[in-house]
Amino acid sequence: MREFDLAVIGGGPAGMAAALAAKESGLERIVIFERDSVMGGILNQCIHNGFGLHTFQEELTGPEYAERYFRKVQEAGIPYETGTMVLDITPDRQITVISRERGVETVQAASVILAMGCRERPRGTLGIAGFRPQGIYTAGTAQRLLNIDGVLPGKEAVILGSGDIGLIMARRMTLEGAHVSAVFELMPYCNGLNRNVVQCLEDYNIPLHLSHTVVEIHGKDKLEGVTVAAVENGKPVPGSEEYFPCDILLLSCGLIPENELSRGCGIGINPLTNGPVVDDRLETNIEGVFACGNVLHIHDLVDYVSAEAAQAGRSAAAFVQGQRGDGGETHQIIPGDGVRYTVPCSFHRNSREDTHLRFRVRSIYRDATILISCGDQVIAKRKAPVLLPSEMQDITLKYPLLEQADADIIVRIEGVTA
Amino acid sequence: MTRNLICICCPRGCQLEVTLQDGQVTDVKGFSCKRGKDYAVSEVTAPVRMVTTTVRTEEGVSVPVKTAQPIPKDKIFACMEEIKAVRLHLPVQMGDVILENAAGTGIPVIAARSLGE
Ligand code: SF4
Repeated sequence: MREFDLAVIGGGPAGMAAALAAKESGLERIVIFERDSVMGGILNQCIHNGFGLHTFQEELTGPEYAERYFRKVQEAGIPYETGTMVLDITPDRQITVISRERGVETVQAASVILAMGCRERPRGTLGIAGFRPQGIYTAGTAQRLLNIDGVLPGKEAVILGSGDIGLIMARRMTLEGAHVSAVFELMPYCNGLNRNVVQCLEDYNIPLHLSHTVVEIHGKDKLEGVTVAAVENGKPVPGSEEYFPCDILLLSCGLIPENELSRGCGIGINPLTNGPVVDDRLETNIEGVFACGNVLHIHDLVDYVSAEAAQAGRSAAAFVQGQRGDGGETHQIIPGDGVRYTVPCSFHRNSREDTHLRFRVRSIYRDATILISCGDQVIAKRKAPVLLPSEMQDITLKYPLLEQADADIIVRIEGVTA
Repeated sequence: MTRNLICICCPRGCQLEVTLQDGQVTDVKGFSCKRGKDYAVSEVTAPVRMVTTTVRTEEGVSVPVKTAQPIPKDKIFACMEEIKAVRLHLPVQMGDVILENAAGTGIPVIAARSLGE
């Protein structure tokens, strides 16, 4: 049986950054398993710019960001196996993989980093009445068809959901000669970044209708159009229906971490993120198994993915090398008022490392204060003019601060909800 | 006259307020870094955007490409047309110039991925 110090599951931005950090921390026998025929993951189809400002101090496209990391992986001599799908991970870190070259094989890893990324929410989870005609795609599927396979999948488009991929695809389809009539968003706020509303919608006069959804799909074999209605208190408003003819409906309604392998391994999943429950070392409840990137929680910036993944790589290295202390007491980190979730969910008092506290707010806040408290004492505070659910927050808790924290930590928001 | 903008130079999306007098920018508020201030001035005087798209090679593989710098907004569709007319063969290296002068802007279009080695 092949043996590794570290097996990284997934060769996207998270997997590559994790492997690189583990190598820099001194781990030698590393392998990256990647299901696709090339490394880079979803970045390969994200041909727009906006990546890398934090990591490389310049603005890159997705493929450029991926290629830079891939070159580092090659230069570091880290082995990667593409066309290789992981079928199963056991709690004692035996990994079963399948590939053309090797068939089915089981390997032993001293540590595992989960970096499988996420999937898009499909139509089936959205509960829209109507037949299932051809012409309904998730925004990412259409993105792949257009940017990798070179096929424009429709000429007259409606977009449901204001996630970033949907906004990016509105511009992309327009540039390729399609007509995008509008983007509809069920929530009263946009789920994508403001910059994408400006440069993908406003630049091309594509309207964004908030508190609207598709209530009916028309067409039996081929999509013919959709009926859209305003939504109030979760119900369509009678009389507000409007018909939009279209041959393609793009869905950009959220991303779901892809955790089938994690569940199979017995890893606890946080229902708030759909990703593994992890501590400040990004370790799951299974010792030696770590998680990072979009499989852990959905990020809006690949730069944050790379930073988080590097931490997972260092943690895995410290675990394998037997260099980490016991960390002392652990306490929980609890999402309080206005906070949807936090990553991590717990921390070690004596981890001797700063902890990145990543979280999202529940709704839009103005003149807000982020309050982090332990017992009845506020230990950290940060003011923010605006907090948006679409933006992941990242607060660094300095190690000495955590050393003094002798109870659970609560993160909450004070401010005016808009 | 004031114009309210959202800075598109990074994901933070700062809200900018630009004051104009006789077409000249006299004040910019709301930026968190110099890029934002520069963006505000450019956006109200001569707005520019990056163009990213793909070129289908003769071998049938799509290569992502981008303008090396942002180009004037009103040149985007002309730039797309020129890129569509490009004939390209594999292999391609990241950074290769695909088109010397996009829509008369003097800005080249370059490959954003190495493919086909
Ligand atoms: S002003 Fe600076 S920080 Fe603010 S959005 Fe623009 S580039 Fe980003």
